[in-house]
Amino acid sequence: MSQETIDMLWQYGLWLAFYVGVSLVVLVGLLVIIAFLLLMDRKVWAAVQMRRGPNVVGPFGLLQSFADLLKFALKEPIIPAGADKGVFLLAPVAMATFALAAWAVIPLNEDGFGLWVISDLNVGILYILAVSSLGVYGVIMGGWASNSKYPFMGALRSTAQMISYEVSIGFVIITVLLCAGSLNLGAIVNAQKIGLGTAMGLPNSFLDWYWLALFPMFVVFFISALAETNRPPFDLPEAESELVAGFMVEYSSTPYLLFMLGEYVAIVTMCAMTTILFLGGWLPPLNIAPFTWVPGIFWFLGKVVFVFFMFSMVKAMVPRYRYDQLMRLGWKVFLPLSLLMVVVVAGVLQFGGLV
Amino acid sequence: MTQLLTDYLPIIIFLGVALFIAAALMIAPFVIAVSNPDPEKVSAYECGFEAFDDARMRFDARFYLVAILFIIFDLEMAFLFPWAAAFREIGLFGFWSMMIFLGVLTVGFIYEWKKGALEWD
Repeated sequence: MSQETIDMLWQYGLWLAFYVGVSLVVLVGLLVIIAFLLLMDRKVWAAVQMRRGPNVVGPFGLLQSFADLLKFALKEPIIPAGADKGVFLLAPVAMATFALAAWAVIPLNEDGFGLWVISDLNVGILYILAVSSLGVYGVIMGGWASNSKYPFMGALRSTAQMISYEVSIGFVIITVLLCAGSLNLGAIVNAQKIGLGTAMGLPNSFLDWYWLALFPMFVVFFISALAETNRPPFDLPEAESELVAGFMVEYSSTPYLLFMLGEYVAIVTMCAMTTILFLGGWLPPLNIAPFTWVPGIFWFLGKVVFVFFMFSMVKAMVPRYRYDQLMRLGWKVFLPLSLLMVVVVAGVLQFGGLV
Repeated sequence: MTQLLTDYLPIIIFLGVALFIAAALMIAPFVIAVSNPDPEKVSAYECGFEAFDDARMRFDARFYLVAILFIIFDLEMAFLFPWAAAFREIGLFGFWSMMIFLGVLTVGFIYEWKKGALEWD
């Protein structure tokens, strides 16, 4: 090999190593954050029911999730005799991988060096929509391969539910895109620097973010996100009283853990999407001195945790829907509403002289 | 080409790392945990009964209907995405073209509503 080839290989090797390193940092950070969010979920749920929640492992039960991980890894993995072994084991891996993949394009912050993101795709939101809908494959593969009735019914229900609410999520995203004029997630956040607040003559603040201008869409997006991630009150696929645990009945040990992990990653992705689309991403709530000193990543994480707290509170307080009510809400309420709002937002932008 | 590569190769690498983590978690219990299967343990769970018949049974045709409706509206969304991104450049003509398209779709939506395709009783 000539010197030139070796140099080139070194360059590509370094580039590769850099991206592997950054990916590892993002993924491990994300998983650690999810471990604590899971604990927070249980603590909030416990507090609403006047219980203490997990409080034995570590101070205030802080290490509970890590103890759970160890427990899962040491359990016996059971593969049912009638199951398709390959598909049965592929399903949880697919679910977790696709859920994690969305984080390749989510921008965490912007500073002098540019966006903090693995890949600054100019079709970022389309990518997220694509990989998050691939999560359905994990569910349907797991439910079908188990060769058992409860998982089969659970997978059918879950698939129908996830694709129904994806439609309204898509329309909500389109109203945001109309206002922002870009498919790039970083550009969508930056477009929220000016908005309703600045139009009224106020300085840059949290009033500019799209949650105020597009408030009905914010609500629809939040509820659809609950349904899309199979969160209570829409946790029909795993309704204990009807289907035991839905598509996860036959799973044990880490295959089960991977399903739960995929679910929680999807929830946090939805929280991050809400933050980016409606709550101004890494932008500080008021653009004045003490707020601007805090690095943007903390604002971003703070908003994600806030949205996750709302997810937890909904889980703790709202009773479960019936399946026909769920489909009615998705197709007969949210779909016409969001379709109408696309027309209204486009009309206001076109004829209100805002383009 | 280089632009495409620098945009998408990091995503492939990210996917690879994610897959590695998931696969490592998947393989761990097969290596470290005890495995002691017996016929009762590996039989399909049906509240303690023996399974009566095959689990891959017939199911409600409405699930197909939901899937078909989803495809229609998802395609519509695929049209709306580039329209929304280019909304500022295409002007009034683009606006009215999309309104006519949405109007046609709304007629179809009303038709399937009246036909009862959205009913779950």
